Amino acid sequence: MKLGFSPEEEAFRAEAATWLLTELNGAFADVRGLTSLTESPERRRDWERRLGEAGWSCVGWPRAYGGRDATLAQQVIFAEEYARAGAPPRLNHIGIELAGPTILAFGNDEQKARFLPPIARGEEIWCQGYSEPGAGSDLANVRTRAWREGDEWVVEGQKVWTSLAQFSDWIFVIARSEEGSKGPKGLAFLLVPVDQPGVTVRPIHQITGEAEFNETFFDGARTGGANILGEPGDGWQVAMGLLGFERGVSTLAQQMGFRNELDAVIAAARANGAAKNPLIRQRIAKAEIGLKLMRYGALRMLTDAEGGKLNPSALTYKIQWATWRRDLGELAMDVLGQAGETVSGHDYAFPMLPNLFLYSRADTIYGGTNEIQRNIIAERALGLPREPRGDLK
Amino acid sequence: MHFAFTDEQAMIAETAKAFFAENATSERTRAAMTATGVDEALWRAFTAELGLGGVAIPEGEGGVGLGMVEFAILAEEAGRHVAALPLLASIGLAAPAILAGGSAEQKARLLPRLAAGELVASFADAMPDTAASDGALMGAALHVPHGARADLFVVAAGDGLFLVERDAPGIAIAPLTSMDQTRPYARLDFGAVTAEALTDPAAALAAVHATGAIAIAADALGGAQACLDRTVAYAKERVQFGRAIGSFQAVKHRLADMMVAVEQARSAVYWAACAIDEGSDEAVFGVHAAKAFACDTYTHCAGEMIQLHGGIGFTWEHDAHLYFKRARSNANLLGPPDWHREQIAALAGLDEAA
Repeated sequence: MKLGFSPEEEAFRAEAATWLLTELNGAFADVRGLTSLTESPERRRDWERRLGEAGWSCVGWPRAYGGRDATLAQQVIFAEEYARAGAPPRLNHIGIELAGPTILAFGNDEQKARFLPPIARGEEIWCQGYSEPGAGSDLANVRTRAWREGDEWVVEGQKVWTSLAQFSDWIFVIARSEEGSKGPKGLAFLLVPVDQPGVTVRPIHQITGEAEFNETFFDGARTGGANILGEPGDGWQVAMGLLGFERGVSTLAQQMGFRNELDAVIAAARANGAAKNPLIRQRIAKAEIGLKLMRYGALRMLTDAEGGKLNPSALTYKIQWATWRRDLGELAMDVLGQAGETVSGHDYAFPMLPNLFLYSRADTIYGGTNEIQRNIIAERALGLPREPRGDLK
Repeated sequence: MHFAFTDEQAMIAETAKAFFAENATSERTRAAMTATGVDEALWRAFTAELGLGGVAIPEGEGGVGLGMVEFAILAEEAGRHVAALPLLASIGLAAPAILAGGSAEQKARLLPRLAAGELVASFADAMPDTAASDGALMGAALHVPHGARADLFVVAAGDGLFLVERDAPGIAIAPLTSMDQTRPYARLDFGAVTAEALTDPAAALAAVHATGAIAIAADALGGAQACLDRTVAYAKERVQFGRAIGSFQAVKHRLADMMVAVEQARSAVYWAACAIDEGSDEAVFGVHAAKAFACDTYTHCAGEMIQLHGGIGFTWEHDAHLYFKRARSNANLLGPPDWHREQIAALAGLDEAA
């Protein structure tokens, strides 16, 4: 057991930090410190491209596909330095963390060569087409249909909660390719271009006042016959494989964002005297502990994953961070008091901490609600029996 | 960076797991509970036969020369069975005080015997009005773990730490009927008792708090894991309303929450232990975090174990109460979770100017 890094790894850290700080103090000073994913999308695209050019976009990927072949320790270090330098959240995080790894795992050589380098170069942004109006927690109940017409797949249906679809070039979609099939059988995992007449993206106005999520309509949308991962009918297996990638090194970068949020809460508490309140102190200490335990939990998962093992404790990570962040949002408002409830000007746009209070209510829902996470933990990690299914349509 | 056991550590864990599973049985623990709270045969086997008492004591001092991670592994496995051993008192509290703050002579005289289990020591945090003058102690310590069994005490009084032998003239040792009978307390009264000062009391006290907190947190981790494992097993076999109760979300979600907490406690314990071993500047934070989080987790899981077992969980016959009571003892020893969180609040800079 070892937590420290070797001199070679520390040299890698210095190289990464130097590059990041040079860019973020120079040509990309305007994106430094951005937090919201919807702010300055054009410059965020530029930043994705700059990372790609310099080989810092997908450091853990093979060099052949635009990565850096970085070891696990190097990936951890890069994630830490990226956040420490104040670099913005990745506009293409779905491409980098979900689409790319899934294509690496399930794609054929042509698909890898076609799709991975443009992600690594920051040229193609991705979004995820999973949830539907009738398929939320019961994701296997998708109704979106897909069928072959000549050399193409045709897609018909509706997806919801497609975050960042308004900035995306591609969407991966699970759709029913076998007519009359039910549940997880008969699904296809398709890669579909967003910019076409058959695809319409409509923003969803959220409780924060922003619109990061969307409804995406497929009305005779088309994609090439080769743009399917796995065979028709294997879509569920591919989609579930993808969920495993949601717990990768990117969690460490995400935690650096959490660190900034907790620091903002502490600064606010010091500024208005709430830091003297023993109950607030206890809650801040709990948040500090929770954040450290996310970090070390992630390092355990990653170490095991590098050794080829998926530690069942990885299944606990989603509910852990989502609940931590929701609690932090509540703590932030208790620290701010009424000052957190108003904002100057006419725009319904709250600053970081009040926005966190609102936004974090989505964290415990998307990507599997806390309740679904508990089912997954209980059934897959603890081996408890499944809840009997109902038959209401 | 490799946050997993090495092959050697995994082997120690396997050995300890098998040893406690075979020997630290409910029957033997219950037999010890009616006496001094020590399963003497288990203690002899652990120390003298397996040589595990000195795992965190350097080889030159009669130990094995491994670190906090290895010590935490043993404490976790002992905690999994609520083993009736003076592991915390003797190896988790007294030995590190002597190792960090004792003279060369004191270390040479005491550590090999502590490691071998020939000598059982404990740590006594004396009342604030306890006075030490001219090599003699006057006062009392109210809650000394395994105090009625210990041969030797490390007593914290005022700014000093002192060695006091159990048969020293002027000492009165009163065993206390204790909620946790696997780690019973005794009260010590010192009436001008001859005491031998440790040469570096500050270093000794810091070592007591660090090693003791790791021992308690690791014990809590093992205990909480056992509460989870045993309750999961019960929820799979207990049938009500024609279904295993573990198929009800009202039950399975609570078990899932226990696992979420236990996994975090596991990260906390081994992070803190490893940080001490590596001399990391996060070690102090880590120790407070591990003590607070693992103890809260144990308290939660042991309570859930009783609740989810229903009536059988409330019986003396079932082991749930052994865990529930050890969890309570762990929470209070060396400062309750709130106190450790307050230390973290200060470390987080809440008292700095805005």
